[in-house]
Amino acid sequence: MLELATKPDQLIDMRGVCRSFPKASGGDLLVLDRVDLTIRPGEIIGLLGRSGSGKSTLLRIIAGLISPSSGQAQCRGEAIKGPPQGIAMVFQSFALFPWLTVLENVEFGLEAKGVDRAGRRKRALAAIDLIGLDGFESAYPKELSGGMRQRVGFARALVVHPDLLLMDEPFSALDVLTAETLRTDIIDLWIEGRLPIKSVLMVTHNIEEAVLMCDRILVLSSSPGRISTEIKVTLSHPRNRLDPSFRQLVDTIYANMTQKAEPPLASLEGIPGSGVGMVLNHVSTNLLAGLIEAVAAEPYNGHADLPDLAGQLQLEADEIFHLGESLQLLRLAQLSEGDLTLTDAGRKFANLDTDARKRLFAEHLVTYVPLISLIRRVLDERPSHTAPAARFRNELEDYMSEEYADETIHTVISWGRYAELFSYDEQAERFSLENPQ
Amino acid sequence: MVFHKISPPAVGRAFLPNIFDLAALILVIGALVLFVYGAQETTAPIAALDLVPVSLDPANLPEYALRTILRMLAALVFSLLFTLVYATLAAKSRRAEMVLIPILDILQSVPILGFLTFTVIFFMGLFPGRVLGAELAAVFAIFTSQAWNMTFSFYQSLRSVPKDLEEAAQSFHLSGWQRFWRLDVPFGMPGLVWNTMMSMSGGWFFVVASEAITVGDTTVTLPGIGAYVALAIKEQNLAAVGYALLAMLLVILLYDQLLFRPVVAWVDKFRFEQTASASAPTSWVLDLFRRTKALRVLTRACRRELSALTAIRLPLPKLPSWPRRDGSPSRIVDALWLALILAATAYASWLTADYISATLSWDEAWRVTKLGFVTLARVIVLMILATLIWVPIGVWIGLRPKVAERVQPLAQFLAAFPANIAFPVIVVLIVRYGLNANIWLSPLMILGTQWYILFNVIAGASAFPSDLKEAAQSFHVKGWRWWRNVILPGIFPYYVTGAITASGGSWNASIVAEVASWGDAKLSAAGLGAYIAQATEAGDFPKVVLGIVVMCIFVTLFNRILWRPLYAYGERRFRLG
Repeated sequence: MLELATKPDQLIDMRGVCRSFPKASGGDLLVLDRVDLTIRPGEIIGLLGRSGSGKSTLLRIIAGLISPSSGQAQCRGEAIKGPPQGIAMVFQSFALFPWLTVLENVEFGLEAKGVDRAGRRKRALAAIDLIGLDGFESAYPKELSGGMRQRVGFARALVVHPDLLLMDEPFSALDVLTAETLRTDIIDLWIEGRLPIKSVLMVTHNIEEAVLMCDRILVLSSSPGRISTEIKVTLSHPRNRLDPSFRQLVDTIYANMTQKAEPPLASLEGIPGSGVGMVLNHVSTNLLAGLIEAVAAEPYNGHADLPDLAGQLQLEADEIFHLGESLQLLRLAQLSEGDLTLTDAGRKFANLDTDARKRLFAEHLVTYVPLISLIRRVLDERPSHTAPAARFRNELEDYMSEEYADETIHTVISWGRYAELFSYDEQAERFSLENPQ
Repeated sequence: MVFHKISPPAVGRAFLPNIFDLAALILVIGALVLFVYGAQETTAPIAALDLVPVSLDPANLPEYALRTILRMLAALVFSLLFTLVYATLAAKSRRAEMVLIPILDILQSVPILGFLTFTVIFFMGLFPGRVLGAELAAVFAIFTSQAWNMTFSFYQSLRSVPKDLEEAAQSFHLSGWQRFWRLDVPFGMPGLVWNTMMSMSGGWFFVVASEAITVGDTTVTLPGIGAYVALAIKEQNLAAVGYALLAMLLVILLYDQLLFRPVVAWVDKFRFEQTASASAPTSWVLDLFRRTKALRVLTRACRRELSALTAIRLPLPKLPSWPRRDGSPSRIVDALWLALILAATAYASWLTADYISATLSWDEAWRVTKLGFVTLARVIVLMILATLIWVPIGVWIGLRPKVAERVQPLAQFLAAFPANIAFPVIVVLIVRYGLNANIWLSPLMILGTQWYILFNVIAGASAFPSDLKEAAQSFHVKGWRWWRNVILPGIFPYYVTGAITASGGSWNASIVAEVASWGDAKLSAAGLGAYIAQATEAGDFPKVVLGIVVMCIFVTLFNRILWRPLYAYGERRFRLG
């Protein structure tokens, strides 16, 4: 099954790959910036990054689903133009065809390759057997649980015997227990050498998952996505989450990923992430208040280790980063080296009643979130004390994509409403100062 | 029991730039005028035509019913072919989409009943001296009543294929042909089947109307239920009308049980949802095919051949391998394309203006517009009346699952029933009691379409969440407050869906409803429908074109100004869950 390619030790070779998407207001938004990446046979590589770090974009460039804006992407020495042969993908959402049975879904990729009926059946049954789906051959996807569906996704990808298996957050749509079982099963098969593949590239935002499964972890920084660190994992399989060296590695990566999240710099022209053009991730005020209370209370007393906190509160790394950064932005907490420390204002917030909390929150919003102070200023200046959301959305779209502009506006509305800074009429899409009587 | 709800094509898509709508309107009308030219050239042969006479003997009815059914089937096949090609073209090519979709939008508001005359003459000119021409014209009429909303539904499905499935198909190297049959068609199937079923309901109306047509002094009759009814009217035979009603009833029942039930039950597996629905539609015919050994072997053989056909790697023109937004589209080609559209539009408008202005004056146009307002008033009053009657009844039924289960199929059946077969019964009453035609002919317009309101309201009330019902109860919300704050907002989106279909159907029905006859007694009400019908009978083509253009504009504006905003409002504010 081993074919000799021109460069036998390089499945994928990417040099200086950039990718940008057009912004709503014209111009381009850089998502991936000069990424170099080499994938050799026999390794599991993890692409770890926050949402919006462009890790899915990178995966899709390798899969041949989108093209790089500049730079070179090669698969076995040939430039990638459209999906290359020998690469198969497992999707976060499973992407199974609901009108095909399990067997038909698995045969799907073989059929397109032109494998005859008997050969198709034989290989599909072998893949179904390997992945532990026996007995489910004639079931339709909607009859299966999430875990079983993703097994079909794996079988469908494995049956074409790809050199490289791409996995796009394959476990993140599953519940904790199911995900863990499936991870262990895949790793066991990999170690036993029973998977008909040479390498795996996995995209994830789950730090522990990356440490558990990968030989090499590439950490992507956000906007624009760059490979900031490469970490080799030399722990032997099966890995134990409670092993001190495992914990050490997780801590290091947490620290690595929070290090860059310093408070936004003074506005540099056209750079997203600062000034009015700052992307605000939508985080509910209830969660923010809850997190402050949790950190203020025993056993943390105002200072918490992020991996530990995430484990306690059952939050994903990504969620806790968003929360931590929002608190940092509002100067209610400080985020550094994988730790979250409440500021004085944060400690005070924890002990206030609802109305006083709202007042403190409002004060910090106006001082530290430029977009909110802008909205307040515009509303105060206008005689009607109203302003259409489109006015601010247009301004945001100079800095970010339409999706991020929407999320930022959404965030501002929900924070502003909580702080009673302004009200918003969803029908008319207008901000105003008046509250319903 | 499963209540499907589909968005009517008149509203179910984003608002497009108005310039294209206008261009489309003009293009469609221009095409109609060309049609008329062609038709006039070939008027001669029909006069010589001698078609099979229809007899009122009930023994002939089974044969007539069969002919009617076959016409329906033929139109269905053409509609499906048209849908697959047209919708795919519109969905896959941005430039084609710019023109095709606004044209489709206008086409569905063209009152095709008024245009029947030209199509008859046109098709008969193609096959002079043979029945085939008239048959084709009838099939074409049914086609025009079905194809548009099927195409819209399939186009919308194609545009909303989930991205992950697209990526899966792409990364497994499916060819364009394979992808079409493996992904696009299955994904669009449930919507397409449901819309086909709704189209068929409308189709019966047209098949009946198209089997007996009078143009000038020529009458063309095709053996079928519609022609049978027309003859019964001429001979004032009420018993024969009764027989025809019965035959139609049976035909629709058979179609439902033998064709649509099985297909709807089968198509359930294509519904794109990740959880199994609690109650799937069932069909005894489908069960028969699935559980009987001999039949199963038969279907398996068919399936194998079909799947082999769809798996061929046809060397179709390759779609761009990167998604559209990547490359900026070539500006020059765009500009050329736009210029071409504008030129065609200019030519079409010149052609139409030239044709109509040769014989008609502005006064005439003004008169027709006024008639349009009369018909509009009729539609509005009737819609209000139907709403006042059917909404309370529908809510009452919908909140009682046991009753709804029995009434719902009946309401759907009544919506499918071609009301024009029942017209004579009412006309007889008007003639006998000397009632005012201007008032009493009006209800005929909504006779067949009011059921859409009823069954949509029933569906809405049935789907109303029981926790909201209980909440209203425990807060003692009763009487008018209950209607205003609880149930009416709950059923609003469903009501609008039904009302749009009903109002569109009423416009079309006005052409056959505003003029009626019983033997020698001729009744007519003032209105746009009557204007078109009378111009048709007199063979006055410019007047027919003018009437159609005005009705087209009325229907389009009515949809844009009233229904679309209402629908969008309902979807935004009152959509539950």
